[in-house]
Amino acid sequence: MSEETPAGTTDARPGAIDAVPVRHPGRWVAIAVIAVLVAMLVHLLLTNKAFDWKFVFQAMNQTPVISGFLKGTLLVTVLSMIVGVGGGVLLAVMRLSDNPILSGVSWAFTWFFRSIPRYLLLFTMGTLGVLFPSGVSLGIPFDWKIIEWLGMSGDWRFLTLDANQVFTGLVAGVIGLGLSEAAYMAEIARAGIMSVDKGQAEAAEALGMPKGKAMRRVVLPQAMRVIVPPTGNETIAMLKDTSLLLAVPVIGELFYQLQSIGSTYYKTFPIAVAATLYYLLATSVLMVGQYFLERHFGKGFGTTAPRAARPAGAGGA
Amino acid sequence: MALVEINNLHKSFGSNHVLRGIDFSVEQGEVVCVIGPSGSGKSTLLRCVNLLEVPQEGQVIVRGEDITDPDCHLDAARASIGMVFQQFNLFPHLSVLTNCAVAQTTVLKRKPEEAEKIARANLDRVGLTDKVHAFPAQLSGGQQQRVAIARALSMDPALMLFDEPTSALDPELVGDVLTVMRKLALEGMTMLVVTHEMAFARDVADRVVFMDGGVIVEQGPPAEVIGNPQEERTKLFLKRVLDPTHVQDN
Repeated sequence: MSEETPAGTTDARPGAIDAVPVRHPGRWVAIAVIAVLVAMLVHLLLTNKAFDWKFVFQAMNQTPVISGFLKGTLLVTVLSMIVGVGGGVLLAVMRLSDNPILSGVSWAFTWFFRSIPRYLLLFTMGTLGVLFPSGVSLGIPFDWKIIEWLGMSGDWRFLTLDANQVFTGLVAGVIGLGLSEAAYMAEIARAGIMSVDKGQAEAAEALGMPKGKAMRRVVLPQAMRVIVPPTGNETIAMLKDTSLLLAVPVIGELFYQLQSIGSTYYKTFPIAVAATLYYLLATSVLMVGQYFLERHFGKGFGTTAPRAARPAGAGGA
Repeated sequence: MALVEINNLHKSFGSNHVLRGIDFSVEQGEVVCVIGPSGSGKSTLLRCVNLLEVPQEGQVIVRGEDITDPDCHLDAARASIGMVFQQFNLFPHLSVLTNCAVAQTTVLKRKPEEAEKIARANLDRVGLTDKVHAFPAQLSGGQQQRVAIARALSMDPALMLFDEPTSALDPELVGDVLTVMRKLALEGMTMLVVTHEMAFARDVADRVVFMDGGVIVEQGPPAEVIGNPQEERTKLFLKRVLDPTHVQDN
């Protein structure tokens, strides 16, 4: 390309200009549109009689609703996630094991529980009592067949639970949701464990740590950094899935309690608003918790602790 | 009795026969440097000494105990063998001090205060007294590798294994790590070092082992193996390493 420019054009070039910040007309248009929409929303919320705010707050204040929120929603979420995270980590470790039996069992568990809709699973949990009319017993399988064959009497069972207590109410709900969650958490935990460099387990084992200890002290704490964000997602999803407890059936749960108030007073819409407010509140609290968990498990990984300046000349290589 | 004795060691990865019958030993207090072209099996040999790689055939006897025997206490044997990796492998979620203390408390069952004291003493030994509360990501590569050495030393090992400890470092940081290793050698530590640092091997090693193609080609005092190699393969390798501008004829 020629470097010479015709004299005429060179002279016509303007001199230094007064710099003006780049204008963003699009932003102003967007602000105007959004402001109008927000005003419309506020107008709707404040003036539309269908909201019936007084009824919303009255409904939210009913004892069965509050107790349903605390027990059926929050408590079941916490317990199910404990079962889910614990079971998921266990399943992930099994799945990554060299032992084909353990990894096969883990695979089958995940396959089974991921395949079943939660609503159906909870419904099934509520009906499982029919399998165990004389209680759920732990003991030696086929014991009465063996005893009969040996010509003896009695049984070889050391723990019997009343099936109608196990497969009912909140316990059934927690078992169902927890097992289902474990299947999903297994994949999340597996991804987390695989994200940790193989050299970490090697270094721990070279120091003499047994495999299990290396997993607990070195690999899992680092895997948590990857596991926590999707687990936050799962917890929020679980919070909302507690509304499926009705399938067990469990009625001591937030949404069912609100709905029954709604149908009694023929006010279904305010009830939906009340439930929305409760779920918004609970999710916000969970998000704060997730922030602190992420900060804890992110320790030593860059952004919070500024990287010390490298010695001069480093990085040239 | 030799501190480490290796008899007829064979190791394959699939169809790749990496070690083809190694017989080799390290005496108490000896510094042995293993050199050789990449793919010669030297790192694999080192990783067999604490069974990070499990050999298909042969024996690895450390302090009179055959660690390839399934009944041996492998974890206890590993605790007495320090290992320093090419990529440092510090625990990034733990502070420098905890990196050096965690295995002392969990494996050797030392009390936390005692472990911390020993960790601090060893960090002092590698010149990182002021970094005890830093996290690994806040340190330079050379500092991280010195923490890794202090972590291994905190276990009071009978033997230290070094797997190309300076290969991942920027050139101007190599010296700090080699200085620490040189000091350890002078203190009488038994060391088995896989390295490409010929000057270090020449000055510090009691014995240099040259490996190629999964076998030991030549070994002896550095003055002989590096100074006056007898085998053709050793000569060719040293020529390439010592004169990098030499046009490679492969």
